[in-house]
Amino acid sequence: MSAPAPGMFSQDALALLEQLRLNKGKANLEAFAETVLSLARENRNIVVVTSDSRGSGKLVPFASELPQQIVEVGIAEQNLVGVAAGLASAGKIPFAVSPACFLTARSLEQIKNDVCYSDNPVKVIGISAGVSYGALGTTHHSLHDLAVLRAINNIDVVVPADNFESVQAIQAAAAQSRPIYVRFGKAAMYDLPRTTDDFVVGKARVIREGTDVAFIATGETVIHALLAAEQLKSNGVSARVVSMHSVKPLDVDVVLQSARDCQAIVTVEEHLTAGGLGDACASAILEAGVSVGFKQVGIPDEYTVTGSQSDIFRHYGISMEGLSHQAGNLLANRNLSMTGN
Amino acid sequence: MIEISTEQLLSKSWQYRRNILKYIKHAGAGHTGGSLSCVDILNVLYNRILNVSPGSFNDPNRDRYIQSKGHSVEALFVVLADQGFFDESQLETLCRYQSHFVGHPTRHVPGVEQNTGALGHGLPICVGIAIAGKMDKADFRVFTLLGDGELAEGSNWEAAMCAAHHGLDNLTAIIDYNTLQITGRTRDVCDNSPIDKKFAAFGWTVRCVDGHSFDELTTALSDSPVKGRPTVVIANTVKGKGVSFMEDVVKWHHGVPSDAEYAQALEEIDSHIQAQGILL
Repeated sequence: MSAPAPGMFSQDALALLEQLRLNKGKANLEAFAETVLSLARENRNIVVVTSDSRGSGKLVPFASELPQQIVEVGIAEQNLVGVAAGLASAGKIPFAVSPACFLTARSLEQIKNDVCYSDNPVKVIGISAGVSYGALGTTHHSLHDLAVLRAINNIDVVVPADNFESVQAIQAAAAQSRPIYVRFGKAAMYDLPRTTDDFVVGKARVIREGTDVAFIATGETVIHALLAAEQLKSNGVSARVVSMHSVKPLDVDVVLQSARDCQAIVTVEEHLTAGGLGDACASAILEAGVSVGFKQVGIPDEYTVTGSQSDIFRHYGISMEGLSHQAGNLLANRNLSMTGN
Repeated sequence: MIEISTEQLLSKSWQYRRNILKYIKHAGAGHTGGSLSCVDILNVLYNRILNVSPGSFNDPNRDRYIQSKGHSVEALFVVLADQGFFDESQLETLCRYQSHFVGHPTRHVPGVEQNTGALGHGLPICVGIAIAGKMDKADFRVFTLLGDGELAEGSNWEAAMCAAHHGLDNLTAIIDYNTLQITGRTRDVCDNSPIDKKFAAFGWTVRCVDGHSFDELTTALSDSPVKGRPTVVIANTVKGKGVSFMEDVVKWHHGVPSDAEYAQALEEIDSHIQAQGILL
């Protein structure tokens, strides 16, 4: 018998979460499902399209309450997106819901042509994204979705970090006429500190100010960046935390301001380090000619380690300890003296 | 059904063929054979069946036509011009820098419903539109045109299953069954016969017609659908139809005629026109 699997947070991180009094919310996926049901009650043109994915998408209550507003296509993701495009072209407001791994790979051509090229305002909803499915293996991981969708024009790409951002992203998606991809994980998420800024697609949320290092993170990694920033404080390091929920369009202003204000940038994403948030930030910084220490944290280009989402995060340093370490290294390399150990 | 005589359709048919060749020759590119095989289907659709016009194109209750075999775009452009969606002279920009008239349909061209060109996309989109029609209890109909080679794309069969499951009797798929694709005979490339039995097994009503017979096409496309079932019209056609040396010859899939070939093709078309006393 092996020992019980460790959780997402170390004992030190759990203690810090307690100290910060952050409320543990629900899975972002559940926040999505509740929000789309609430919106659909008020607007009968809102429809959900599923590929045998209503259970995974927490949409059974939706199907029970609004059976006339759910379209089931069976396990057929290409058809799922094509049907959603047709619905959108005929005046419906469709949310095409399927695991991100299948949705953004098997039906990528339908997203590219039927949604983006034909400009049908489908809300493409990738559920259980990133490595949410953990031990189910690479077939069920979506570590490519941000990269491939960044390379397709006419679609926004949004990765909410907590329940607030999830609700806001779905409300924005329902209202906007441009195609949008939103991806959700299925782990319960802590509520991040609120900012005074409204949630706007394309505008980052700076959830913690700092001047030495900036973590620019997205989705379920943001909480780890926040914990790392708090841990670094005890070492005398002032760390900024940006929730870059919109990978596309990227909030270039916030990226560049962070690069100018701080000595180092650490990008964090539940995605391959190729083609995702980190690359987007790097090109923005390089184009602007700003010199700053830079590190991309994510999943490297290798056979992905097996294990739960927690195991995979910890293995690749998407953790309070891992991110603190990366920030420390960057700052040391920039010849900044760090107090403490 | 819109009243137009078979003689008028025949007249249009030859004029459409003339224009298809004219603009392909002008552009130096185009899918000649497939445009000539499907143009009679488009002729009947736009002149007799579809409840759509430039004036009603934004009407939510208009009939929809989506050309899944987008490469035969020249036939569609020529017919849309004849319907008054845009001035025919715009086709002189076909495949030119900054023209909206590219080698596959795009919504930048008035009258085009959806951007197509990648095969296997039209039917799923039409399923979505047909479902929306059912939700709204609207009475518009949805039509799509597929190639027989295109049926190798699996997405068609996902959509075929879904259409029958949802009882989409407002949906009609038309197969331009010209039996050729770019490599050769469809049956030699990857045999997909028997198409009729396959669609029937998927729960569709199957109608087989001569795809160059205006009357057979009209009957198949205007007859009431079987309640609760989508309809497929298998239109037996000849690739390159109307030009002797192009008929049923695979190289004309996207061949552009030389000057001599172009002159010969026009001569043939014009002789048909003169023989039948058609006034252009």
